[in-house]
Amino acid sequence: MSLVGLVVVSHSARLAEGVVEVAAQMAPDVAVLAAGGTADGGIGTDLDAVSAALTSADAGAGVVLLYDLGSARMVAEMAVELLADPDRAALVDAPLVEGAVAAAVAAQGGGDLTGVAAAARTALTTTDGPSAAAELQQAPRTEEVPVLGRFRLTNDIGLHARPAALLARTLAGLDASVTVRFGGRAADATSVLALMSLGARGGDEIEVSAVGPRAQEALGRVAELVERDFDD
Amino acid sequence: MGCTAADVAAAVRAAAEVVAEHRDELVELDRAIGDGDHGENLRRGFNAVVSALDTSTPDTPGAVLKLVAKTLISTVGGAAGPLYGTAFLRAATALGDAAELGPAEVTTAIEAALGGVVARGKAAVGDKTMVDALDPAVRAATATSGSVAEVLAAAAAGAQAGAASTVPLVARKGRASYLGERSADHLDPGARSTALLLASFARSAGAGQ
Repeated sequence: MSLVGLVVVSHSARLAEGVVEVAAQMAPDVAVLAAGGTADGGIGTDLDAVSAALTSADAGAGVVLLYDLGSARMVAEMAVELLADPDRAALVDAPLVEGAVAAAVAAQGGGDLTGVAAAARTALTTTDGPSAAAELQQAPRTEEVPVLGRFRLTNDIGLHARPAALLARTLAGLDASVTVRFGGRAADATSVLALMSLGARGGDEIEVSAVGPRAQEALGRVAELVERDFDD
Repeated sequence: MGCTAADVAAAVRAAAEVVAEHRDELVELDRAIGDGDHGENLRRGFNAVVSALDTSTPDTPGAVLKLVAKTLISTVGGAAGPLYGTAFLRAATALGDAAELGPAEVTTAIEAALGGVVARGKAAVGDKTMVDALDPAVRAATATSGSVAEVLAAAAAGAQAGAASTVPLVARKGRASYLGERSADHLDPGARSTALLLASFARSAGAGQ
């Protein structure tokens, strides 16, 4: 199955490339492409460049576009309108860096166009704890007894960007709701940004709870990752 | 007598000269409340339009405007590219295959251009944008009966007054909106360039009578 692609539209080629660099690190198999600057290397946006990136990033599952300022949105809109099928692309109003990271991870986890767009759109809200979506998912399962585990992080950087992305990816698609707790706060384990915002470092102990039909397996996967030091 | 494709192309070439003459003024206006590139971006765009008209001769007024639109969209770089591009594109679409333009067609084209700018930029009257010039231009054109030159003269006058009305406004759209209150007491560069273009089109139509 093909993954949703991502295009970062910016006034600056270097800004677009930088955002792509950060987002792509979290999502090795996702086409994350930069469309920044004008054709002559100046500050601005170039419709042809955005259209070309949009086409290249579409592996069959569609593309999410993120943008920085005013005309970048307008140019991105025009590029989408020019597609043979404009429904294959979603333009998302989101904080550029957080949105790109959240979208890249959601795409890597096999999310569809709607899901990846939603991940980008809610990128800021999910950094403050479990996402609204995760809470909703968990709501009907409150009577279930969660499977609990405590894990000491033995890798150097703890739940930083790459390990957090790996954890989220490992659990994506598994029928279980997993919550990671540290320092009195909780994070939805499928949200990279929420995991990172816990600030758990190497040597810290995190608590992981899972509910749902495959809760036990989810916990097992987390245990394996921690055991492998997140492949660091 | 209506405007042919050649008349429209000539008017666009004349407008390109006006844009070049006012490049520095537009840069200064934009430097005060924006990113300072409006004059240069428009000059580059209209230069490219003139080059495009040198190498191809569209055979209807609508086709001329479509060429203008496509060229501006791909060469301007800033917000004026998609905004003016959409304006000219909507005007072109509204004109269809008409071989000549009378006053009714010109009014329709300006109305369509306003619709395009509003759709693309999501701005309303009072936001301190191109819309503040284009909206009164449409109202003036609609209220005028007469020749193409008279309709365009009315539209240009409306745009001129509308642009002037942006001076005290606090910007709510575009780069200037980041300045908040500090955007007041400045003429909006986009409204100014809109007024300049319509004034140039009106002069071309007047000279062609």
